[in-house]
Amino acid sequence: MRYLPLTAADRAQMLGVIGVKSIDDLFADVPAAARSAKLFDLPLHAGEMEVERELSALAALNRPAGAGPFFCGAGAYKHHVPATVDHIIQRSEFLTSYTPYQPEIAQGTLQVLFEFQTQVAALTGLEVANASMYDGSTGCAEAVMMAQRVTRREKAILSGGLHPHYAAVTQTIAHAEGMEITRLPAAIDAEAAVLDAIDADTACVVVQTPNVFGTVTDVSKIAEAAHAAGALLIVVTTEAVSFGLLKSPGEMGADIAVAEGQSIGVGLNYGGPYVGLFACREKFVRQMPGRLCGETVDAEGQRGFVLTLSTREQHIRREKATSNICTNSGLCALAFTIHLSLLGEKGLRELAAVNHARARDLRDALAKVSGVEMLTPRFFNEFAIRVPGGAAGAVEALLADDVVAGVPFSRLDPAAGLDDVLLVCATETTTEADMAAFAAALSRRVAQ
Amino acid sequence: MRFTKDHEWVSLEGDVATVGITAYAAEQLGDVVFVETPEAGKSVKAGDNMAVVESVKAASDVYAPISGQVVEGNPALGDAPETVNDQPEGLGWFAKIKIADKAEYEALMDRAAYEDFLQSL
Amino acid sequence: MSMSNVGRPTRPEASTSNGHASLSGGRGLLQDEALIFELDGWDKTGVDIAPAGRDASDLGDLVRSAPIGLPGLSEPEAVRHYVRLSQKNHAIDLALYPLGSCTMKHNPRLNEKMARLPGFGDLHPLTPVAASQGALALMDRLAHWLKTLTGMPAIALSPKAGAHGELCGLLAIKAAHEAKGQGHRRTVLVPTSAHGTNPATAAFVGYSVTEIAQTEDGRVDLADLEAKLSSDVAAIMVTNPNTCGLFERDILEISRLTHAAGAYFYCDGANFNAIVGRVRPGDLGVDAMHINLHKTFSTPHGGGGPGAGPVVLSEALAPFAPAPWVISGKDGFKLVEDATEEAAQTFGRMVAFQGQMGMFVRAYAYMVSHGADGLRQVAEDAVLNANYIKARLSAEMTPAFPDGPCMHEALFDDSWLEGTDVTTLDFAKAMIDEGFHPMTMYFPLVVHGAMLIEPTETESKQELDRFCDALLALARAAKSGNDADRFKGAPHLAPLRRLDETQAARRPKLTWKAPANTVAPAPLAAE
Repeated sequence: MRYLPLTAADRAQMLGVIGVKSIDDLFADVPAAARSAKLFDLPLHAGEMEVERELSALAALNRPAGAGPFFCGAGAYKHHVPATVDHIIQRSEFLTSYTPYQPEIAQGTLQVLFEFQTQVAALTGLEVANASMYDGSTGCAEAVMMAQRVTRREKAILSGGLHPHYAAVTQTIAHAEGMEITRLPAAIDAEAAVLDAIDADTACVVVQTPNVFGTVTDVSKIAEAAHAAGALLIVVTTEAVSFGLLKSPGEMGADIAVAEGQSIGVGLNYGGPYVGLFACREKFVRQMPGRLCGETVDAEGQRGFVLTLSTREQHIRREKATSNICTNSGLCALAFTIHLSLLGEKGLRELAAVNHARARDLRDALAKVSGVEMLTPRFFNEFAIRVPGGAAGAVEALLADDVVAGVPFSRLDPAAGLDDVLLVCATETTTEADMAAFAAALSRRVAQ
Repeated sequence: MRFTKDHEWVSLEGDVATVGITAYAAEQLGDVVFVETPEAGKSVKAGDNMAVVESVKAASDVYAPISGQVVEGNPALGDAPETVNDQPEGLGWFAKIKIADKAEYEALMDRAAYEDFLQSL
Repeated sequence: MSMSNVGRPTRPEASTSNGHASLSGGRGLLQDEALIFELDGWDKTGVDIAPAGRDASDLGDLVRSAPIGLPGLSEPEAVRHYVRLSQKNHAIDLALYPLGSCTMKHNPRLNEKMARLPGFGDLHPLTPVAASQGALALMDRLAHWLKTLTGMPAIALSPKAGAHGELCGLLAIKAAHEAKGQGHRRTVLVPTSAHGTNPATAAFVGYSVTEIAQTEDGRVDLADLEAKLSSDVAAIMVTNPNTCGLFERDILEISRLTHAAGAYFYCDGANFNAIVGRVRPGDLGVDAMHINLHKTFSTPHGGGGPGAGPVVLSEALAPFAPAPWVISGKDGFKLVEDATEEAAQTFGRMVAFQGQMGMFVRAYAYMVSHGADGLRQVAEDAVLNANYIKARLSAEMTPAFPDGPCMHEALFDDSWLEGTDVTTLDFAKAMIDEGFHPMTMYFPLVVHGAMLIEPTETESKQELDRFCDALLALARAAKSGNDADRFKGAPHLAPLRRLDETQAARRPKLTWKAPANTVAPAPLAAE
């Protein structure tokens, strides 16, 4: 076994030092009824080549985003990640280290987290950010719980533009906590509709921009209404590249901003691991979930970084913790930080501009397909279209042309009755030829 | 000054009690980094959670040693939580409480009894 | 107040460099490295992007006008910055990393390569099911291996970490109780030695937590458990092997009593690596258990995640599992994503998509590499290595539970340091100067000055001996009483000396801010 260094002679000698006869003696506390003398019914060990063969065969059955025309977004986005990012995150010192509980020998990880927190605060336009969450959806649920702690109110309003998976995750967690959730019906231009739902019992309002249908909204008015009612505004963003072009959540009055950071530095990975961005106003920092890194000095006065304000966390507060979370998404946060450092302000703004431009190109291409209707009034890099005959069927049919046409809204929320709505997305990776192939295939489908 | 077995102290002037945590408790806690004091107007019963005191590694609830209505929390602890370590039984007080029943005060330990109690731990 | 006696120093004594100081501030090849915000890169970028060719006039005043405040680096600068930072980290690839309860084992690089195959790494989570059959097949195979190794009938793959898995298990338990009219049960029993996540999770789900006492020999006190079980108890959460590194000998009785009281048995599977391939939790009466793929199945810890925490479930809890899950049918694999027919009783959804697929690929590659035989050897070698360390270090240090074998980790208390000035913290920091990461300290809470050492199975006998020799030498130095500075000022040889955690918490500085007298240059607008 290539991963096990002990030899038979080592084992015999070590048993002697311990003073037992056999390895079974070390398992003596296991009840006899639960001891298994034989191997479980699974294959025996395999060489590197055999493993690679099996996994490569499975991988080959999947259609990677980069293999041809591809238009899925809806919470995960195909972007180009510079080769440098993947190289650095595979350095042993980053890849194979633990949570930086011993700051003297973890300054690499800690300084990166400090840079990450500063970048996230800047992007979201808020004062403080944590060291990341599992992903955007769990961050959304945590933000609602945080609003409950800050306001001591029990009701959350979820916009109909919030990604249905995010809404579902939040409902699951909030239900367990005994919070009341008002989830507004799915609607393309939904953010403004939440205004009417805000009342004196509202702990928070959760809106998304760009929302799941791609609609970009200035949520300043909602912020005013929420604040007037004593509620917090939580702004969710699933496409982090949009921060390069659009007004930030903080600028529009958000108290908490939650985002999925996958677009910057992290691959699609069929849904995970991703990295949740979480920022808030400074006055709420002690109610914030997740790890935080802070600046300090060492015994010689050198600047250094440590995990701090950890009394909020489970290993100290136990049942009084702000959350039961005990990990962040460290390596993905590292990838995010490296990619964003490479981009810088200039690169991010350019990247965002290209994404928006390609989406407008895609809109122009699809608008020419007769029978197809453009639904999203203002968008960043994704938008919704109406496909006669149903979106799911069209996606299935276009797969035969090797076009991955987007995400049928019904897959995210089958009960919404929006079966003909297709969510499509273009990024810097989308070519003119991709769009032409999509438009042509869609024309054939609609004409049928 | 009177003391509780939960290591709070009380000193009384008229019907206003000043309360805090003892020097022993402050030392056991280590460097205090954050204190959440009660809001004025809040009614507390002896034994209620009244405040929170945090060190780097621990968060502890502070119980009201005596019943009454909070007059004020110590505003100085927000910016200088270290006062709890430096002067636990002086400037590091947590709250002033207008008390309802002086008998509650009389029933608490005096310093000698508290010192004996510490010896027994 | 609720007394706390964990007042260990969190602020170092001021100290000056006792070695040779460089003129530039670094330590030889270990460079002093500024923050990216201090590198003057306000108009730089390390990425070449073709012009957009269209403006954003359609968005009107939705477009950001204020600068973001992000510096950029060219590629060589970025590489140098992050590589320099990396050199300030300790890692398993450098030495034995004895963090008890964390399972720092070797991370095979084959697994990294497999996770980066475009068919997995570049696969969108909402790719049509027909075009992601390989991913679903992998999830199905992973599920089969995990169910077989645990002897459990069902699994929820989506939880993103161990604590998230605990949440999943307790939500399933809560849903199961509600479904059979037992929703009034309000209490979860947790041993005093439990991971902090256990009571935090129970409280998060709305349960009140009652602690169960521990016996002198480090196990759950059955009499106390029996006394506390009642028709109000929803579940018991027990770690097995437990956080003292011991197998719960009475585990069958624990599960019998729990079930007799109408409660469910949640097992914290953080220490499954000690028994994998040898003992199936399903044979111990467990109803739910999370599996930390980043511990037992070696997906990298990555400096604090991402992890993955699939949860195996008994027949009683299976119907309540969170969506989505994979089912296989005549037309291949299907993904059940909503509370439709197949998932009518699901308690809901825990994550946006399918869970930590990147970790599933790595864990599966690890399992297939080891096979049934190799995994059994993993448990045996992990336990052998821990007992070897326990035997050797007992020459100078005091094991918390000297009688009988430990499982995968060896627990010491600090009674052997009595009479010296050296604390567990000092001793741990001095280990850094010897080239090792400290062991887990002051956990579990039930042992005074606890030192929890977990070597894992991927250490050679030579490395174990090197580690034991270093610790024994340190222990002798500690007891000698005339080598105080080695411990009090430790570490001396690390990139930094002890850090002032008090200051960090009293005056939190959580983001970089431009010094008051300077203004970051306004960044260029995008063309």
